Amino acid sequence: MKRRPITMLVFILVLVAVSIWINLSESIQITNPFNSTTLYARNVAIQLGLDLRGGLQALLEVPEGVAVTAEDLNTTKTILENRVNALGVSEVTMQVAPPRRIVAEFPGVNNPEQIVASVKQTGLLEFVDMGDTRLPDGTTILTDQGAPGTATPADDTTTPMEERVWPTVLTGTALQTVGVQPGTTGGYEIAFSLKPESSQIFADYTSKNVGKILAIVLDKKIISAPSINSPITEGSGVITGDYTAQSANEFAVQLRYGSLPVPIEIAESRTVGPTLGAESVRKSVLAGIIGLTVVVLFMLLHYRLPGLVADLALLTYALFSLALFKLIPVVLTLPGIAGFILSIGMAVDANILIFERMKEELRSGKNLRQAIDLGWQRAWPSIRDSNLSTLITCVILYIFGSSFGASMVKGFSVTLALGVLVSLFTAINVTRTYLHTLMDNITSIDHPKWFGL
Amino acid sequence: MNIIKNRYLYFLISFLVIIPGLVFMGIHWSQNPAEGVLPLGIDFTGGSLLEVQFADGTQPEATVVAEIYNNLSDADNEISAPIVQLLGTDAISVKSKAMSDAKKGEIIAALTEKTGTQVTVLNFTSVSPAVGQEVARAAAGAVGMAAIAILIYIWFAFRSVQHAIRYGTAAILAMLHDVLVVVGVEAILGVTLGWEADSLFLTAVLTVIGFSVHDTIVVFDRIRENLGIYRKVEFEKVVNHSIMQTLDRSINTQLTVMFTLFAMVLFGGDSIRHFVIILLVGVFSGTYSSIFNAAPILVVWENKEWNNWFRKSPAGETA
Repeated sequence: MKRRPITMLVFILVLVAVSIWINLSESIQITNPFNSTTLYARNVAIQLGLDLRGGLQALLEVPEGVAVTAEDLNTTKTILENRVNALGVSEVTMQVAPPRRIVAEFPGVNNPEQIVASVKQTGLLEFVDMGDTRLPDGTTILTDQGAPGTATPADDTTTPMEERVWPTVLTGTALQTVGVQPGTTGGYEIAFSLKPESSQIFADYTSKNVGKILAIVLDKKIISAPSINSPITEGSGVITGDYTAQSANEFAVQLRYGSLPVPIEIAESRTVGPTLGAESVRKSVLAGIIGLTVVVLFMLLHYRLPGLVADLALLTYALFSLALFKLIPVVLTLPGIAGFILSIGMAVDANILIFERMKEELRSGKNLRQAIDLGWQRAWPSIRDSNLSTLITCVILYIFGSSFGASMVKGFSVTLALGVLVSLFTAINVTRTYLHTLMDNITSIDHPKWFGL
Repeated sequence: MNIIKNRYLYFLISFLVIIPGLVFMGIHWSQNPAEGVLPLGIDFTGGSLLEVQFADGTQPEATVVAEIYNNLSDADNEISAPIVQLLGTDAISVKSKAMSDAKKGEIIAALTEKTGTQVTVLNFTSVSPAVGQEVARAAAGAVGMAAIAILIYIWFAFRSVQHAIRYGTAAILAMLHDVLVVVGVEAILGVTLGWEADSLFLTAVLTVIGFSVHDTIVVFDRIRENLGIYRKVEFEKVVNHSIMQTLDRSINTQLTVMFTLFAMVLFGGDSIRHFVIILLVGVFSGTYSSIFNAAPILVVWENKEWNNWFRKSPAGETA
């Protein structure tokens, strides 16, 4: 039943060495010694959350009442990523939070207004059937696309113009290519072609409605309202207007990357300035070091020799956890650091449970070797059961945090859960092995004070 | 030390600690029926919070800032009548209805113009009211889910013991005790110092729940073990013996966790101080309730003492 502690000790020391290597590196790489190819490479720099390095977090939401599929949301995410990358923002992360949200994080940006403005430009392009009604360019209208309500019938003349809901024929997702070309009357125009399946719809519609007006509408604003002169059956067309080369180009880019399948709103926006973040890092690291030092001293003074073992186990625990955080990687947030510091408390608790049991066994006259094993065996069920209950709350916190982009809550639950798991591992393996290694040759009777008896 | 013998005294102490919190919850509720028992932050109510730092000596008056907000308020972005707070001598914090980032840009530009120096945004948060309400609902759901999951878990973990459900229920009651203590303290500090419950507060509450149950399980585990050993001994004595055996551990664990939390309160900076103080209160309460509430509840239940509570001269009652 008993493994030789020496095997375990070697295993632990190897893990410690690997952890130290990871903790001291910015990136790690393992090279195959035979043909010098890279077997494994990974960037292990510590990832700081927005609250620690500054930046912008936005919760984007498809408004209530708009039907949205998982695919729509994913497409929106990809388009938005392209759009902000085009702005030169690096390390953007966007995560879909079903059913109708996207959490976007822009670390280290100093122009949140501009980014939000660019993200918010939904660029929803529509071809709208206006019948015989000609409205001036720039008029904001309602359509039956991406908004609640159904189209107002064309023969309904009683509804006031601004309350009418116009039927959308096609949206920007139907576009295949968009380009800029010099216009026939000077200036520039935008040429587009449609995807095959949409061409058919477009052909049918334009054939039936020659002479009527088909408005090109961007974000519910009419940008151009040409009449249909002849059926457009080849699936391509031009948008003419008062464009310069530059404005035509910008518009084309917006059409190309900008046709989001669904409209979005900014439901939540959080900006942390870089100064506040840097100060938080400094302070929480200081707090962590002071807290740990006090705990180490307390354990040493109260439990003497086993306390020293606990301190070594604690150090091992800290090395393992940090290495795991860097390897996974876990994005460290302020509450995340708090979660980690709290998990140190839980790790110490496992040791305390073992030592208290060990002391009981020693008092009842067992020898040291027996006391270590019995103490551990007796303490184990309470360590296991109590830590499992913490893990259960971590899971619930994580689910809660993910669905609202509450990355603070999420960060806390992840580090606490990892901390608890690592502390379970160290409680099972490390503490016991260290105890055996240091004490198997001591007879406690000679030095009861060493054990705080 | 006989903790079980004085169990009603310890229950009384718990009530005395919880009652002021309940009173303050009531006070807040009567003042703000819409918000409920706690002053809520913008995470739950929606709104915006802007913290700005100024160059030395250029911190504007609160009324000046409020005026800027009133002037920039329009139908799309109603932000008039903000609550302006001066932070130290070089920063301000302004709370208003939710606003767009573009509107925030306008406000910063106006502040820069007013003070004639560079202003730095420390922190800006804007939450739409709909999201806030949804978060608040989900928060209540999360606490409820945690309670149910833990009840089921303990019932399962103690399935070998007679009346396993009692252990789960007692753990949940002790947990509710801690939640009430923590929420009560938050209500007191909210009404007196203007603290607001935010998502970090919720995180603290859920952590306290985890810690409280963690502690209770350690005591219950000892009872579980001792019941197997001392088969002929009275239940009360076994419980008391188990508490005494785990007391050293409870105190020492409590101390180490409190050391680290104290370090965070003193040196960890302003942004998490509120969070850590709530954790500190909760951790203390968690240890207390495990020893003085959870285990004694098992004894009360075993003896079915409620049969004696309303009799003229109760035999088992001491307080």
